[in-house]
Amino acid sequence: MNLGSIDPILLLASLMVAATPILLAAIGELVVERSGVLNLGVEGMMISGSVLGFVAAIATGNAWVGFFVAALGGAGMALIFGILTQFFLSNQVATGLALTLFGLGLASLLGQGYLGVKAPSFPDWHIPLLGDIPVIGPIVFQHDPMVYVGLIIVAGVWWFLNKSRAGLVLRAVGENHEAAHALGYHVVRTRLLAIMFGGACAGLGGAYLSIVRVPTYADGLTAGAGWIALAIVVFASWKPLRLLLGAYLFGGVTVLQLNLQAAMLSLLDILSAILFISAVLVILIGAIKLRTVTKKMMLWALGLLIAAVLIYFYAAMGWPFNETLWLSSSPYIATIFVLVIMASGGAPGSLGKTFHASR
Amino acid sequence: MLRRTLLASAAATAMLGGIAAADGHEPVKVGFVYVGPVGDGGWTYEHNQGRLAVEEAFGDAVETVFVENVPEGPDAERVMTQMALEGADLIFTTSFGYMDPTINVAAQFPDVMFEHATGYKQADNVSVYSARFYEGRAVQGHIAGQITESNVIGYIASFPIPEVIRGINSAYLHALEVNPDVEFKIIWAYTWFDPAKEAEAASVLIEQGADVILQHTDSTAPQAAAQAANEAGATVYTFGQASDMAEFGPMPRVSSIIDDWGPYYVARTQAVMDGTWESVSTWDGIGAGMVGIGEISDAIPAEVKASAEAMVAELASGEYHAFTGPINKQDGTPWLAEGETAADFGDDGLAGMAFYVEGLTAEIPQ
Repeated sequence: MNLGSIDPILLLASLMVAATPILLAAIGELVVERSGVLNLGVEGMMISGSVLGFVAAIATGNAWVGFFVAALGGAGMALIFGILTQFFLSNQVATGLALTLFGLGLASLLGQGYLGVKAPSFPDWHIPLLGDIPVIGPIVFQHDPMVYVGLIIVAGVWWFLNKSRAGLVLRAVGENHEAAHALGYHVVRTRLLAIMFGGACAGLGGAYLSIVRVPTYADGLTAGAGWIALAIVVFASWKPLRLLLGAYLFGGVTVLQLNLQAAMLSLLDILSAILFISAVLVILIGAIKLRTVTKKMMLWALGLLIAAVLIYFYAAMGWPFNETLWLSSSPYIATIFVLVIMASGGAPGSLGKTFHASR
Repeated sequence: MLRRTLLASAAATAMLGGIAAADGHEPVKVGFVYVGPVGDGGWTYEHNQGRLAVEEAFGDAVETVFVENVPEGPDAERVMTQMALEGADLIFTTSFGYMDPTINVAAQFPDVMFEHATGYKQADNVSVYSARFYEGRAVQGHIAGQITESNVIGYIASFPIPEVIRGINSAYLHALEVNPDVEFKIIWAYTWFDPAKEAEAASVLIEQGADVILQHTDSTAPQAAAQAANEAGATVYTFGQASDMAEFGPMPRVSSIIDDWGPYYVARTQAVMDGTWESVSTWDGIGAGMVGIGEISDAIPAEVKASAEAMVAELASGEYHAFTGPINKQDGTPWLAEGETAADFGDDGLAGMAFYVEGLTAEIPQ
């Protein structure tokens, strides 16, 4: 396959960077939702984090201080939401939306005077030894530290939810808050901590945009990234590792589609190639790993092959196709498609429900 | 983006104190609909500067309101209707995608005057106005073609509409004129304002070898991305879009296109006050001052700067038209004959331009 002017190493490397803001915001929201709280204020907490982190980073000249302040600020915003929903029992959906509106307004106010200012530099880490490995080094081990912080948080959340007692309590609270309460667990305290963790992560995600990714502050900087993070949590079935996959897929296809546009490559050709390769992989994996090719896998492979041929045929005929429009929507379509196919398990049982000990 | 901030201006507050306009009339209420936030540092920022110029010029005799981050689509209609119901006399709708909503709402409010930016549909109470940004693009292309080392120029485009296509054609023709090897890589962002995506697009173009980035999106993110690349050792040049973006000069920003809407907004508000407002179509360029060219920085060679300044002067005086033949369309069919200049309207006119010129290898998304 001709990749034109695309450098595959740079492409894969920028995938990790592009995915990080959404990954950070989404992993925080995942913990919040697993505790049974639906906080729709991710966008607001993200943008507050982006402006607070930016201001702090400019003031001190140190990006790390910026990230720290952004996490604090996000957690502070989340605490407002937590107090309103957990103590005053306000509606979670309405409060979350209000938090988004509040955050956007607050960020716009605080950001006055910081427009067009550039963030202090936040150099990439060249990890010794690992970073020197050819091909894999530049792709995986030569990023800025926040990329790894994001990965560590995901791994930590996975361990916390699946392997720790506290994580079990948090899940119990999320699945059935009355039962958890009856067992003597502090529903409200657990949820408040989860909400603040979610806010801190969203703040980090926002600050990653303003300090590293863009790297400047502009009004409306997040431009909907918080909503995408919310959607990825749902499509990932509230599971941390799937969430990682979803965020990387989204980030990856986003970067890929821009690369394809700039290199003027045809989406249809690439799509049929990807489907063809997937069909071969299905057979190969079955043959090697399971030592058998089941009927179901044959059907999958056949389906993928037929799709590949149809798309190739369509492209070869030169039928009308709005290449760029499809490319632009491809991150959304690909992410939803993959995560929906993998979907399993429902939402936490008490998600979005108000809890009061008297009932 | 759910924010709908409707801010009454300071003038409105003053009215509460009973300070009526000198002639005893109600103040004229002027509304503005913005596609991005006023702090974008680009397109919407400049429209808001125009609004402030109106307040400055008329003081208590006007009241201005604005709504920012209004999506292009049915939601825009709701915002305009709300403004009209709240007594606006004149409404500026400042993005191409507001064209049909403006026409629809205007039909329901025959007594309210509307001004739609960059569109082509007029009505008895709808004027259209735009600036000849393509003149500024010609200057950018002229500079870009000479300073590029890699001969690859990256272009971050927003939506495939005539205004954007005109800009690409104009920049390309003038880059080609000074550099026959020049190649354009175009990314369609399908957004006017999304800093993260714009920065991403700029980085991708730089990775693919572009060393000059032109943008037709509204935020300063591509400037910041280019600056970061330069800090990492690259040499990438950019141009400010819609606003000067001088804070990114002298490198990477080497010049800019500045929109100056203030005088037009003041004149149209005056016309409403005098009762002389009529539906018109205004399309002004460098000469009339609606398009400004930001200071060309010393980061580029002096002779390039001098020839670019000469071109600005010729465009301003009308001596030179940015689309002067011979020019062929992308498919090779002739568009303009030797010495012929492009018409504004009609088939193949500039206003509805929907084709690339010869030499561009990309395709316009259909």
